[in-house]
Amino acid sequence: MTFKIPKQDINFKPFMNRPPDYKLKHEIMRTDRVYKCEVINIIELTAEEKLFHLKIIDPAERAIFHFRPGQFLMLEVPGFGEFPISISSSSNNQEYIALCIRKVGRGTEILHRARMGSRVGIRGPFGTSFPMEEMVGHNILLVAGGLGLAPLRAPLYWVNEHRDQYRDVSLLYGTKDPSSMLFTYQYEQWRTVNRIRLMTIVDRPDENWTGRVGLITELFKEIEIDPLNTYAIVCGPPIMFKFVCNHLDSLGIPMNRMFVSLERRMHCGMGKCCRCMVGSTFTCVDGPVFDYWSVMNLKEAI
Amino acid sequence: MIYKVIGKDEFRKLIEGLIESNETFGPRQVDTGKDGQPIYQFRKVDSFDDLELDYNYTASSLKNFFLPFKELLSRYAFTDDDWEQGIEYRVNPRVIVGARACDINALNKLDDIFIRGAFPSPYYMARRNNTFLIGMDHMPPEDCFCESLGELTVRQGFNLFCTDLGDRYYLSINSSKAFNFLKKVKTSNPTAEDDRKWIERRQLIKSSFQTEVETDELPDLLDIEFSSPIWKKWGDKCLNCGVCAMVCPTCYCYGVEETIDVSLKQARKERQQYSCTVVDFAEVAGGHNFRPLKEDRLKYRYYHHYHGFAENADQQICVGCNRCGRACLPGINPKDVINDLILESGDDV
Repeated sequence: MTFKIPKQDINFKPFMNRPPDYKLKHEIMRTDRVYKCEVINIIELTAEEKLFHLKIIDPAERAIFHFRPGQFLMLEVPGFGEFPISISSSSNNQEYIALCIRKVGRGTEILHRARMGSRVGIRGPFGTSFPMEEMVGHNILLVAGGLGLAPLRAPLYWVNEHRDQYRDVSLLYGTKDPSSMLFTYQYEQWRTVNRIRLMTIVDRPDENWTGRVGLITELFKEIEIDPLNTYAIVCGPPIMFKFVCNHLDSLGIPMNRMFVSLERRMHCGMGKCCRCMVGSTFTCVDGPVFDYWSVMNLKEAI
Repeated sequence: MIYKVIGKDEFRKLIEGLIESNETFGPRQVDTGKDGQPIYQFRKVDSFDDLELDYNYTASSLKNFFLPFKELLSRYAFTDDDWEQGIEYRVNPRVIVGARACDINALNKLDDIFIRGAFPSPYYMARRNNTFLIGMDHMPPEDCFCESLGELTVRQGFNLFCTDLGDRYYLSINSSKAFNFLKKVKTSNPTAEDDRKWIERRQLIKSSFQTEVETDELPDLLDIEFSSPIWKKWGDKCLNCGVCAMVCPTCYCYGVEETIDVSLKQARKERQQYSCTVVDFAEVAGGHNFRPLKEDRLKYRYYHHYHGFAENADQQICVGCNRCGRACLPGINPKDVINDLILESGDDV
């Protein structure tokens, strides 16, 4: 007597022409397969940070890659590792994706050696996004610290492209020293063309610095915030969140109109590896964009 | 669910048939502990006599058949300027005999994450779909507390479940595959006497638990006692070895690592089981660690097990097998930690 159990293979057929429907079993493969990209431009922003422009090689794949401001992707350097990177380009840009990457670990160090034409992989986009439609008709306050400007560049592009829909837009940006300031070549354009009130501050000035000196919370003394008509987006190092959010909270901005973008270690981006758990929530699935009320409810979030 | 009754001789024939034509795994004694008690694990079996179906518990859980300690996610083949990614998830069909109810419940919880979650895992699904699972009830070991968590009985996630009625098994049949196999051996429909014996057996198991843990209020209690001193007390004992997560039937956290072949022509991307008690679990690039202290990490593990999924998918993921408690070298076990937590919150009042 034999009882042979039949083999069941999961359908291997990959999809091509439309975004993956993860509920369909034969399409789930995409979650592990990367889109192959070519590095088409590298801009050295500071000694530590470079801006990479990646173009998805396959035109069909490029056509279906859509993201919303605030989402991130997993960047794969084959053989070296994979890491989560927030997207710094416009969500309308169908040609390439811009990623601002600091040389800080093993994977990013290898990536910094990439040349034009190097090929890397991306998976995604993953995570939640900023509710740009909900903000229409309101003032927007963007607060960034250090590398925190990178994830805010996507919503900033969105605002610039729909500038007539939003009222006053302010960007407060603080860094440790003047040399670590990012995207300085765009400030003039943001100020004059896009009518954004951009204020910068550094903690440790050098001899050439003529601007403001201090921590980012100093900037709040100079601006008027209309708490009931303002949406705030905050991103920066963990210590900055605490002070900035507390201040905005004390001004009376409703908690569901304050958004933060959190950073955590990630190995999958899909709510599986648990490395990005905050309290009881996955940063990759329920975040990285959280409103302040959710953050207050998450233990050890900021 | 369809129910049948099978004599133990016929059951033996069924299992022998399965062993003959498929790779089959079951509980086997692998060693003897310091206390002279046998140590069991799920291992490959070649005949029915290899199986020790009366085992008390296996040191490792069934999890590792579905989430191996190390698993190949993809390969990269390098050419001069380019690379190609290769992904494969083919698994040969296999049979697992003698799984306990709590272990099957643990798999059901993993199904929620890896099959019904936002991003289903094809790797896990391939393994789950190609496994024929035969469950078997048992008298609870003295330190198990699955009854407290409601994981004592199982109604899905297996192909066949056997309840021991002495000279025969009362079978719960949960798949057409199992139903068709059973056509080839002698079974009968349960009589009123069988039903009565089945209920008796279930009641006997239910009443035999010696360990009880109060878990109903835990999600709230974990929130309220977030800064309780008991976390430091138990955290100080923790060695950060991660063995609790390795033996746990539901711990699924992992890390991904890539290695380049010595020929520099190929690379492997591998998933490796990880533990939230290991120091670098939540460390990000640049060196900031979101959970730098032992107590933070231990607390996080309890949070994930007894609270986390109450918010995420409305369930606690612990099944009460106490494998982590047995494996822990400094003797941290869920029963004592939870009781301490409850006592501590009582002191505050």
